[in-house]
Amino acid sequence: MKTELRFSGTGGQGVITAAIILAEAALLDKKNAVQSQAYGPEARGGSSKAECIISDDAIYFSKVTAPNVLLAMSQEAADKYSKDLKDDCIVITDKLFVTKLPDVKNKIYELDITRAAKNELGKALFSNIVALGAVVGLTKVVSEESLEKAVLNRVPKGTEEKNKKALQVGRDLVK
Amino acid sequence: MSRVLLLQGNQAVVEGAIAAGCRFFAGYPITPSTEIAEELAKQLPLVGGKFIQMEDEIASIGAVIGASLTGKKVMTATSGPGFSLKQELFGYACAAEIPLVLVNVQRGGPSTGQPTSPSQGDVMQARWGTHGDHWMIALSPSSVPECFDLTRRAYEFSERYRVPVILLMDEVVGHMREKVVLSDDYENLPQPMRKQPTCKPEDFLPYDGGEDGVPAMPPFGIGFRWHVTGLIHDETGFPNGSPEATVKAMDRMYHKLADHYDDIVRVEEFKMEGAEFAVVAFGGAARTAWDAVTMARAEGLKVGLVRPITIWPFAQKHMEKLATQVKGILVHELNCGQYVGEVERAVKGKVPVFSYGKYDNEPATPAELLAEIKKAMGGVK
Amino acid sequence: MSTEALIDKYFRPGRLPHIWCPGCGNGIVTGCIVKAVEQTGLTRDEVAVVSGIGCSSRASGYLDFNTVHSAHGRALPVATGVKMGNPKLNVIVVTGDGDCTAIGGNHLIHAARRNLDLTVVLFNNSIYGMTGGQYSPLTPFGSKATTAPYATIEHDFDVVELAKAAGATFVARGTTFHAQLLTDLIVKGMQHKGFSLIEAVSACPTSFGRQNKMGGPVEMILWQRDHGVMKAAWDKMTDEQRQGKFPIGVLHEDNSKVEYTVAYDYLIKKAQEGKK
Repeated sequence: MKTELRFSGTGGQGVITAAIILAEAALLDKKNAVQSQAYGPEARGGSSKAECIISDDAIYFSKVTAPNVLLAMSQEAADKYSKDLKDDCIVITDKLFVTKLPDVKNKIYELDITRAAKNELGKALFSNIVALGAVVGLTKVVSEESLEKAVLNRVPKGTEEKNKKALQVGRDLVK
Repeated sequence: MSRVLLLQGNQAVVEGAIAAGCRFFAGYPITPSTEIAEELAKQLPLVGGKFIQMEDEIASIGAVIGASLTGKKVMTATSGPGFSLKQELFGYACAAEIPLVLVNVQRGGPSTGQPTSPSQGDVMQARWGTHGDHWMIALSPSSVPECFDLTRRAYEFSERYRVPVILLMDEVVGHMREKVVLSDDYENLPQPMRKQPTCKPEDFLPYDGGEDGVPAMPPFGIGFRWHVTGLIHDETGFPNGSPEATVKAMDRMYHKLADHYDDIVRVEEFKMEGAEFAVVAFGGAARTAWDAVTMARAEGLKVGLVRPITIWPFAQKHMEKLATQVKGILVHELNCGQYVGEVERAVKGKVPVFSYGKYDNEPATPAELLAEIKKAMGGVK
Repeated sequence: MSTEALIDKYFRPGRLPHIWCPGCGNGIVTGCIVKAVEQTGLTRDEVAVVSGIGCSSRASGYLDFNTVHSAHGRALPVATGVKMGNPKLNVIVVTGDGDCTAIGGNHLIHAARRNLDLTVVLFNNSIYGMTGGQYSPLTPFGSKATTAPYATIEHDFDVVELAKAAGATFVARGTTFHAQLLTDLIVKGMQHKGFSLIEAVSACPTSFGRQNKMGGPVEMILWQRDHGVMKAAWDKMTDEQRQGKFPIGVLHEDNSKVEYTVAYDYLIKKAQEGKK
């Protein structure tokens, strides 16, 4: 079983961190994972793409060729990465930024990721963790336990509870 | 005990360096190798080592040469234009036989090129970037665990043969994150050591290679008071302009590596049993090749992968033998075709050698490489 | 100690005669270095000499210390590594005007800025001697050189002011005429805990002197006598009186800055105690 995930958005949204956390969660599940990214020279703004491949077997080619999951946190990302999707690829968009849905036959989940982060947690900063909660809620690509553990391993001390809540907010978006 | 970590290739290089006993790093920020400097700035003081950000790339390799003379295991890391700048003193390290590890996380070139894109465009520069005939070692990892292992091996070779070693990385491996299992206690790992003189200081000949061609190298400050120069020198270490001394010095530096081919040149084979056609790929490009060869085999094509881990010295004997085993060879690399020329030279026309160079800022996908394999196999009679 | 005894003690057997021309000032400066080492009481094992490339940089090969004849302009980076690798070594950098202020100019200002404990002895003969007489950043404006056949139109650095501005904590100037002073300055530089630079004004009769009609070795060394002015006297001179002359002696000393390897030991301690 091999799952390819592509997280895309704008620099600063934390999509790379989200992909790293997901890969770490996969290792906690005793699976293999490879994570990579592409970014421009800007530290903030500009487009950002992170990929994660999770498999029970060895993973050689490290880039996603046919995603099973596309997370688009910006309109540009939704437009750019929705071409040539496999039929079974699910698309998750952030409603705040993606106003024009891609014209594809794939199943699209329009989720209020960033708004929920702002409303429920007070900061858009948590949107990547909310997104992770939603992605894993939908796909079960890693276990909830490992995901939470991986999140808590990475986030700054003192923010653990907020991050746990962010995961729950994400899961609730896809209930 | 061991730790299971998700690490970037660049971070695994840092872990390998610390594990091998590297205690001095000098560098200059440049994408995509900067993480190595950042991480060593953090980690070296924790083990009593030192990090310094120098004023430029030349100064960085100068400083590691200086620290190496005091007996430290040293590293510098760079990319793209920085690799060009380091060539001057890399040549000095070859001439004066100074152990050091130079990491080059390759990026697209020439010039500023494509700073964040994968490339293997420095294969020939690694070999011939500095002026004059010289001999060195370059190793190319294909995975994050191998970044750790080959960094340690780079120190082993560097210390054993008194030679600068290039860790020839690429952005694919440098920036990807992958599972790596590391020991909790690096002190229990074998530490590469430099040969030390067994004679009295007054009898010491600093560039006498002895039986294996590798001179002993005592650190500065313990009584041997030797002279280090980039001029051609004889056993005494002092400049000697005679034709005999020049030939003797050059021959010794050549033989100290060439005579240890079997130790230094490592090549890995994948699905080569019964293969009639071989793909040659290294570093990040080999990851594509592993999948492409697996796909080809699934379709019944008798294809295998030959993956040079040691890029320099060139895997001459391996490639000569390969030419007798298969009907055709496809060299895949992330450049316009560099390593392929060396393969052609070794194969001497015995079998056709095809080149699939990719230089569009993206690694080839397994499907793309498979298509190239089929095309090439179609041309093999 | 007699000159013969100094040579026996500090010069490598069989390495002399040196390659320098008759009348060259490099031998005098090199002599001042070994006299300075003798005065500091350091053993030969405790001293490292790192040089670049050029006439002056050949000195390292003659001296019986831990020695590096590095690459052109790169003495300071290599010396930086030697000093950081083994802070117990007393590191002397032997360099020339072209080596130190042209190709190595960037290294000079940054080494000075860091205040690493190196003692730089800059042999300033105002010319590239080894390549046959080209102008350097320290060649006086209006001088002739093989690459300035119509005289240079480039303004020269005052390397003392340059080093001071870059943060050097000990800066001095001597000449080969004032050899005793030069020795004393090198001793002070070696004893100074931090970056020190001693400019040694030296004569190159073969290239600089000949092209600029300065006369022979004797005239050139007398020129140093007539143009070098002790700091105390210099301070009392008017701008008009200073014209064409230069101050010698200790010209700058600042003991307020922490030396780099000392600072590094604090850094290691801080890191190991888990502070950031």
